[in-house]
This record gives sequence, C-alpha cells and structure tokens, in this order.
Amino acid sequence: MFPGVLRFAQWRYLWASGVLTLFAAGLYTTQGGTHPPRGDTWQGYTLGTVAALMMLWLALLGIRKRRYASALGSVQGWTSAHIYLGVAVIPIATLHCGAHFHWNVHTLAYSLMCAVVISGLFGLLVYLSYPRQLSVNREGGSRSALFAELLDLDRRGRDLAQRCDPGTAIAVKSGIERTTIGGGVLAQLLAIDRSEYNPGGDTSSTNSDQQAVIDLVAARLPRAGRSAEAADLQNLLLLVCRRQAVLRRIRRDIQMQGWLRIWLYGHVPLTFAALVGLIVHILTTFLYW
Amino acid sequence: MSTQGPDLKYRLAIIGAGPAGLSAAARAALLDRKSGRSTPGHVLLEGFSQHAKTIQYYQRGKHVMAEPGFLDLRSDLRFDAGSRERILQNWQEDYRHAGINLRLNAEVKSVSGRCGDFVMQLADAQTLRAEKVVLAVGTAGNPVKLGVPGEECSAVQYQLDDPKAYANETIIVVGAGDAAVENALALSEQNDVIIVNQKGEFSRPKEANLTAVVAAIADPTTRLDCFYNTRVREIAENPRQSPPLSVLFDTPEGRKSVACHRVIARLGSTPARGFVESMGITFPNSRKDAVPELNEQYESNVAGIYIVGSLAGYPLIKQAMNQGYDVAEFIYGNTTLKPVDHQLLEWQFSGITFFPTPDQALGRCKARVPMFRELNALGFRELVIESAISVAYPRGPEYADEKRKIDALIDRQMQEGRKPRATRIVHEGEVLYEPGEFGTSFFTIVNGSVKLESNDGSTPSRELSAGNFFGEMSLLSGRPRTERAVAGAGCVLVETPRRTMVKLMNSNEEVRRSIDEMFMIRELQRCFAPSATVPELQRFTARVGVRECKAGDIVFTEGEAGESLFIVRSGGITLTRKVDSRALMVAEVGAGGLIGELAVMGDPIRHETARASRACELLEVKRREFLELVRRPGAPLDPLRQGVSRRFTDMAKMQIRPQAASMLGFLMGAGLGEATDVLVIDESLCVGCDNCEKACAETHGGVSRLDRKAGSTFAHVHIPVACRHCEQPHCMKDCPPNAIRRSPSGEVYIDDSCIGCRACEKNCPYDAIQMVHQPPTKPSLLTWLQAIVGRAGGEVSNSASGEVQADRAKAIKCDACIGVKHGPACVKACPTGAAIRIGPERYIELIEAPRE
Repeated sequence: MFPGVLRFAQWRYLWASGVLTLFAAGLYTTQGGTHPPRGDTWQGYTLGTVAALMMLWLALLGIRKRRYASALGSVQGWTSAHIYLGVAVIPIATLHCGAHFHWNVHTLAYSLMCAVVISGLFGLLVYLSYPRQLSVNREGGSRSALFAELLDLDRRGRDLAQRCDPGTAIAVKSGIERTTIGGGVLAQLLAIDRSEYNPGGDTSSTNSDQQAVIDLVAARLPRAGRSAEAADLQNLLLLVCRRQAVLRRIRRDIQMQGWLRIWLYGHVPLTFAALVGLIVHILTTFLYW
Repeated sequence: MSTQGPDLKYRLAIIGAGPAGLSAAARAALLDRKSGRSTPGHVLLEGFSQHAKTIQYYQRGKHVMAEPGFLDLRSDLRFDAGSRERILQNWQEDYRHAGINLRLNAEVKSVSGRCGDFVMQLADAQTLRAEKVVLAVGTAGNPVKLGVPGEECSAVQYQLDDPKAYANETIIVVGAGDAAVENALALSEQNDVIIVNQKGEFSRPKEANLTAVVAAIADPTTRLDCFYNTRVREIAENPRQSPPLSVLFDTPEGRKSVACHRVIARLGSTPARGFVESMGITFPNSRKDAVPELNEQYESNVAGIYIVGSLAGYPLIKQAMNQGYDVAEFIYGNTTLKPVDHQLLEWQFSGITFFPTPDQALGRCKARVPMFRELNALGFRELVIESAISVAYPRGPEYADEKRKIDALIDRQMQEGRKPRATRIVHEGEVLYEPGEFGTSFFTIVNGSVKLESNDGSTPSRELSAGNFFGEMSLLSGRPRTERAVAGAGCVLVETPRRTMVKLMNSNEEVRRSIDEMFMIRELQRCFAPSATVPELQRFTARVGVRECKAGDIVFTEGEAGESLFIVRSGGITLTRKVDSRALMVAEVGAGGLIGELAVMGDPIRHETARASRACELLEVKRREFLELVRRPGAPLDPLRQGVSRRFTDMAKMQIRPQAASMLGFLMGAGLGEATDVLVIDESLCVGCDNCEKACAETHGGVSRLDRKAGSTFAHVHIPVACRHCEQPHCMKDCPPNAIRRSPSGEVYIDDSCIGCRACEKNCPYDAIQMVHQPPTKPSLLTWLQAIVGRAGGEVSNSASGEVQADRAKAIKCDACIGVKHGPACVKACPTGAAIRIGPERYIELIEAPRE
C-alpha cells in the first residue's frame, strides 16, 4: 500500500541506474591504446556528457517539486529516480575521469559532486529512519498536544508546589520557569538542555533533563513532616517525572524534525556549488586544451 | 368594500416587514394609489422596532447575496447583492417613497375571524380588522425575553453579531444552549464573562460545546465563570455608573448583585409555527421544516390568509420579494398575472413539442405521475423549476432539429449572461447513468419508458413506464448507482436534485411513502428475489419494518436471540464481538449491506453486537417473510449463502487479530465508515515537508484544503483533516443555494454559487470546510523579489492575516482535484509516497498491513 520511495514502481529506478552504470563500465573498458583511460577519449567525453546531464537533471528535482500542477510523473517517482541516479553519478563520473585526481579545478568539481551525493545520502538516511521514530515518539499525538500536556503539568506543578515547604516550592516553581526548550540551531539538533532551577537563596543551578528537581523532591519525601505533605510530595514527584518524560519527547521531536530539515541547507547550496564547479570544469577543459 | 373608520378595517393586512412583507406592502400601496384611494387600504404590521429584522440582525458590513441568480426580481423595492447597510438603506428609502402604511412595534398576538373580516389582536391590546391577511413572518421566530424588570434596557441584548466588537467588558450571558455557550466562549477571549445557567449542569449543548464550556469554566486562567442554579431577578441601568448595569440574581446561596456592561440572553426563540397554527392553518406533518399547504396564489387552507416568504418554504430574499409582489397583485384582483418564474418553465419545456404551454406541461406531468398528484400546485411548480427536464427523440432529423433549437436557445441565454436553462435533448438508447456513478438526482418518468439493467446480470433488466420513478437508491442511501439507466422511446423525464427531493420527502408524507415503498421492493428484489416482480413484492412491503437509529444505538446484542435480519438502508453499523471482556470491532457494514442474516438462516443466537456508528436507517426482515421470499420458485439461495460465509470468515479473521480489529476501530472512529475517498498518510514515511499542503494551495487559489498536522493517528496511520467525500455528505444537507454538488465520479465540491452562509462548515463533523476570502493574487517571482516580502511556495495570506476584505468569505473544501487527469495534487506532490487517497475497498489493505 505504501511502497516507499526506494521501492517505487518495483525498484524501477534502481534497475535503470544499475543498467546505466554497467553500460558506463562497459564503455570504459573499450578504451584501448597506449594511454590509460581518461576523459579525453571519445568514451571519456561520452561518459562526461552523461554525468553532466545527469547532474543537471538531478538539480531539476528542486523545480519539479514546486511545479504543483505538473502532470510530468509524480514527485515520488522523481525522488526515487533522483536517489538512484544520484548515487550512479559517482561511478560514472569516476569512469569519466579514469580516477585521475590532482589539485585542480577538475578534482574540485568532482569533490563537490561527491559532497552533494554524500549529503543526499545522509538526507536519505534521515528520511528513512526519522519519520517512524518521530511517530513512535509522539505516540499518535502531535507536537502541539505535547506542549498542551506540558502546560497542564506546569500549571498543576505550580499549584502542588505551593502546598509544599518553601524550599521545594521555590525549587519546583523555578524549575518550571527556567525550563528551556529548543534554542539555537545546534541546541535544537543536539537537544541541548540548558534548564536551570533555584536550589535555594538567590542562586541558579543546572537542571538538565529535570533530574536535579526530581532528586530534590525525592530527597525531601522521606523527611516529610505530615502525612498530607508526604502525599503532596509523592504527587509532585510523579508530576515532575511526567514533566521529564514529556520534555524528553518534545526535545526529541524538535531534534528529529530539525535533522529532517537541516540537511537540505547543506545539500542545496552544495548542489549549486557543484553545478558551478561543473561549468568551470567544462570551460577550462575546452579553453586550456 | 372595505371601510376605514373607528374600527380600522383594511382591505389587506400584511404581518411581518421582512423582504416579502415589504414587497407586498409596496405593491399594495401602489395599487391603493392607482385605485384613487385617499387613505391606505393596506397595513404592514411589524412587531420589531425596525423593518427587516433578520437582516438588521446580520453583523455589520455583511455582504448579502442575491440568489438564485436565474430568477429575476419583481418588486417595487430595489434589491441587489451588496452590503447589509446598503440594502436596508435602499429599502427604507423605497418603502417611504412607496408610501407604505407601516406600523412598527405592532406585534400581532392573534388572528381570528374569517375571509372578509379578520380580527387581529395586537400586543398593546389594540385590534385591527382586515378583509385579507398575508403572513410574511419568516421562520426565525422571536427571541424569548428574560421576563424580568429591566429586560428592555439598551445594554440587554438577545443576539450577538460580532463577539470581537467587545473588549474588556464584564458581560453576563444567560442561557445554557449552544448559542449561549458559543457566545460566552467567544466573548471570554477578551472580556470577563459570567454564564448564567438555571440548572446545575449543562446538558443541552452539542458535545464539542459542552466539553469546551466545562473545561473553560474549570480552568482558572480563562476569563469565563459560571453561576449554576441561578436566575436573573432584576436588571437596573444607571448610565452614569461604570459599568452601567447592575444585575440581581437568585442563587442557591441567596441574592447576589453583579455590576456589568452588558447582558446577552440566549434563551431560544418562540417558533412562528404555533402562531400560524393558532389561525387554523395546518401543516402536513410535525417535521420542523414542514411548510403549510398553499395554492398557486399562496393562499392557505384558511380562505383569505396567504403565506409568503420563508414560512412558505422560500428562504431566499429575492423569492420572498417576488412572492410579496405577486400576492398583493392577486389579492387586488389581478388574476392573469404570471409568476416571474413562468419564463423559466417555458425554457425548461421548450424542447417538448407536444406540451404547448408550461402550464399545460405542468398539468400533464402532474396527472401522469401518481406521486406528483399528492403535491400542492406551488410545491410542484417549485419542484419542476429546480429539476431538469429531459426528452428523448429517435436518432434522425427530429432529434437534430430539436437539438439545434435548444443549442440556439442556450447560446441566446449565455449572451444575455444567464445560466443556461432548457430541455435536455437525448436520443433514444442514450445512457442516463452507469453503474458505479455517484448519482445525486432522482428521476420521474412523465412519458415513454426507461430501461434499467445491471452490469453483472444479478437482476434481470426491466422496463419502467410513465408514472414510475428510479434513482431512489442513491437518494436514500447515498450509494453509487447499481444499475444502468437507458432512455427509451419517447421518454420525458423530470430529474430532481437530491436536496429538493429530500425537502419534498420531509414535507409530503405521501411522496415519502411511495419512494420508501419502491426502495423496499427494489432492495428485497436485489437481496433475495431477483426474479420477483413488483406486484409480487408489494405485499411484503407492509410487513417489512423500517428502523431509524441514532449514532450509538444498539440494534442487537451478542448472545441474545433474534429472529430478523436487517438491510442497511443508509448510514453504517459496527459489529463487535466480546473477546476477553473487551469489545473487538469485527466489521463495519455500510449502506446496502446485511446484518444478522444468520438469525433467519439457522442459528437464532446473535454472535455480534450491532451498533449504529452514525445515524442510520434499517429495513427489518423477519424470519417468516425471509423464508417466504427465498422459498419462491427460482429464488437462488446459494449467492446469499456464499455472502454469509464470506462475511463470517472476514469477521473471524478480525476477531483472532486484535491489532487488526483495533485498526478497523480507529479507521471507523476517524469517520472512514462513511467516507468514499479519504487522504491517508503513513507517518513512518512522512518527512513533514508539507508539500501536500503547498501543492493543494498552489492548485486551489492559494489556500490549502487539508491540514496535515491535525487529525488522528494510530499505528503510524494518520488521517489528516481533509474532506472524506462522505457517502451522504453532511455538508450538502442545508446548503441554501444548493452549491455543494457531487460529481458522477464521487467528488463532492462547492460551486461558484456559495453564498457564504457557513451551514456546511457547521455541518461537517470533520472540520474539512473552511471559510475564506478570495486571497490576493500571488506575486510573480520578480515582484516577489522586488518587494522582498511574501511567502514561499504554497499558501498565500487569506482572511486570517487580518487584511480587510470587502468580499464575503466563501466556503472551500477539498474537491479531490476533480477533473485533473493525473490525480490529486496532494498525493502527486508527496516526495516519499506517504500520502495516498483510498476508498473503502482498500481499507482492508491498511488493516492487513503488518505493523509494529
């Protein structure tokens, strides 16, 4: 029912790019003569042209994706072809240059192309693994539902903390107020938690993963004076633990969604760089022949 | 003739100064003048302090449409689409100019007497006499007042136009129904609101409102509070104070006074029906939307009392104004006046040479169809105007001639800027519809014959003659057509849209009964006795029961003994079995399906619990009738037995796999039981790129019709908020201009005639309809770059951005990219294949798919 992007149309584009690569390898082996195989034989030019056209076509996905009324295949089909042909462009380009690498613009173009493909493979990995993990992490809810739950826990936490001793109350309430979620790009991608709380006095102490506040409430529990206080503290402990669980989910959600998006910020600029490299490579080849 | 003296006797009294009443009075005033009278022979009585109360109550600046577009206006008052203010202003100028004898604040309490001498008792104890009475009171009724001192203070209101118009006030909302709850919730966004409930809990509002109001009251952060078991005792106004009102309550703890800026009482309204019935006017049944019986001149069963406007079943302003004009003409003695829709009928019958005039055509249609004979003249006329007329000619010169004539007529109409209206010319043998098509119309044969045949030969083909009807199955159950209909020799058909037919069935018991009976006969034929004839089956119909169930009602319970089976006529039934004390869903049976058949075929003990998953209608066939039916010679039992075996195997498979049963339960809970085409997203593939929404927006005027993030999820299957193209679309139910349509391939869409009334938005249980203003055109790349403001692909700003829009918000919804060859944009644009659209036949794949 949901074949996924790799299995699209019974692996159609895996077969297509496999055949194309084999054809390229065959063509490569036909290069004879005294020189080792290189880009300046007719086979080399053919392979180079194929690789260059493939790179251009691969970049066109960005345009096709935005042609929403287009009847030219489905975006899924294009993406499937993009993945397989994108991987195939590395062996074909390598066959084109005969694995001759030097410190020059040609190798630079080649490296940029490889960087694009590698960033794409990274993206593929993220696309294949994170959606399922995201879905599991959200347990059928949505991020806004998680935030709603957090707000509810915050409110109840404050009410409950109010009934406890001043030290616990200040710690829990400050812990709620100084909880941080998200932040900069790195903080989101690495799920860095800079939450703090007030352990007493006018100080601030780290409360990463809410553990410090949990420990504080737990430590207070055996010292409870009245049975009502013990009951409140138990409820509070349960609540701060639930906050920890919800916060972990939210951070994980932000983190994975971040990775799902961020890789394109590498892949797309690298694509433009590789296309520029390709143009420079072609121009220099013909100008300085 | 009429005299006017101390006893104030008029020739004509018009009750209600809405569009119909004003128009009637304007005409009467002109006719009075023409006849050279020095004093008015008419009076227009209005209980409210202004004219056109309903429109006065529209919110400020509201755009009022002039539907139906095909009908011309015939009135001495101006009316065209425009703002509420302009329309009211025009009417005020016009009625003053016309010299209408208007009496405001003159609420009529009762009408007694008889034609020639009616006596009207006004609320201020005055009496008026008139020879004839026109009722133009509408159906909105009058709001119930608080009934306490101070109820008429200016800051005490009985309706709320725009909750956003008030900020930082203390507002008391009285009432516990939907209107009160909705007002209170909306107002509490920027005001302190106290909702006053006479009872100890909220029980009347709809589920969603109930949950919302209870949660809001419980939440200390909201600005909504509630006084339970409380009544308003007195309201005092002191304009020099702030806030100006002081409200005294009787609470369980004693009297309590609260200062506030405003009191909004939403206590319901007294329906007009009671008032109408008190004059002796009868309604055909007790349904809420029933319309009194009227003759062609709008006269009711009480001679001398005429009814026009929405009370007569014509809710649109233009229709009401036309009727007002006509009724005044009729009463003043113009017997030759043709209604303004006469021309429309002429066009509709233009292709039928053997019906010379529309009136003759109407008469012949009525005479030939037994069901139509039950309709009153006005109702039948309306039915025909809303229907399409088809005529079949044999292929040849006559067909070609007629076709040419009609094409020319349509060209002429298009040039005049009219919507084409003409007879539909078909050739004999032409297919009217195919099996599998979603039909939304009902056909009546006025002349000639029509052949019905099934694709698979399960029922023998049959020829229907004049007077018969077909297409009732799709009408009643919302299922696609099961047969092919072919135009026969000389056939003339009236094709009535579903909405008109439903309205008719609700107001006419005879029509309902005959359609019901034919439906039953054809269902029995389809399920048990394909070769039986109609007369043979007719004797069973009285013995087959019809059972109506509300959502959640139990039809039968597992373990009990039963002796009947049920055919699901409309709606759906969920079958569950108890496994380890848990109710496991094993099947969902939709319209056309059978349940409980084993009880009549051997085992009398029910092995499932059957519960209505939504409102549904069932036909109950008892064992005795069943056996009689299947024991007829030539009745094949084998297909029936095979069907039972298949269904029980499916249920057994479901029962042994709780995970699959849970998935089925989830899908049905998400409304897929009534869906025909639903967007499903595999969350384990969805990367959240929102390309589906962008594609939808890009291909549909800038606004996405689906909300990917919203909706429900189970085991990675996500059902986003998007139209499910329901079997019997909820949105279609009360659309005044009939703007929501279903294409033969099943897509439910909204056409240009939407008037933005929001009925569909409220009726859709899946929140799939949004109201939006025409979005601004998307800038080209160049202008976008120049301005450096704007948005990326997809959505452009709409009303939500707060821009002031002159036009009126219209309803939009998913149209499943109707007519686009390569399929829906949302699915086509998904890069990972996570989004698909499926119909019920593929649910099994979702259920069977192995999942973690």
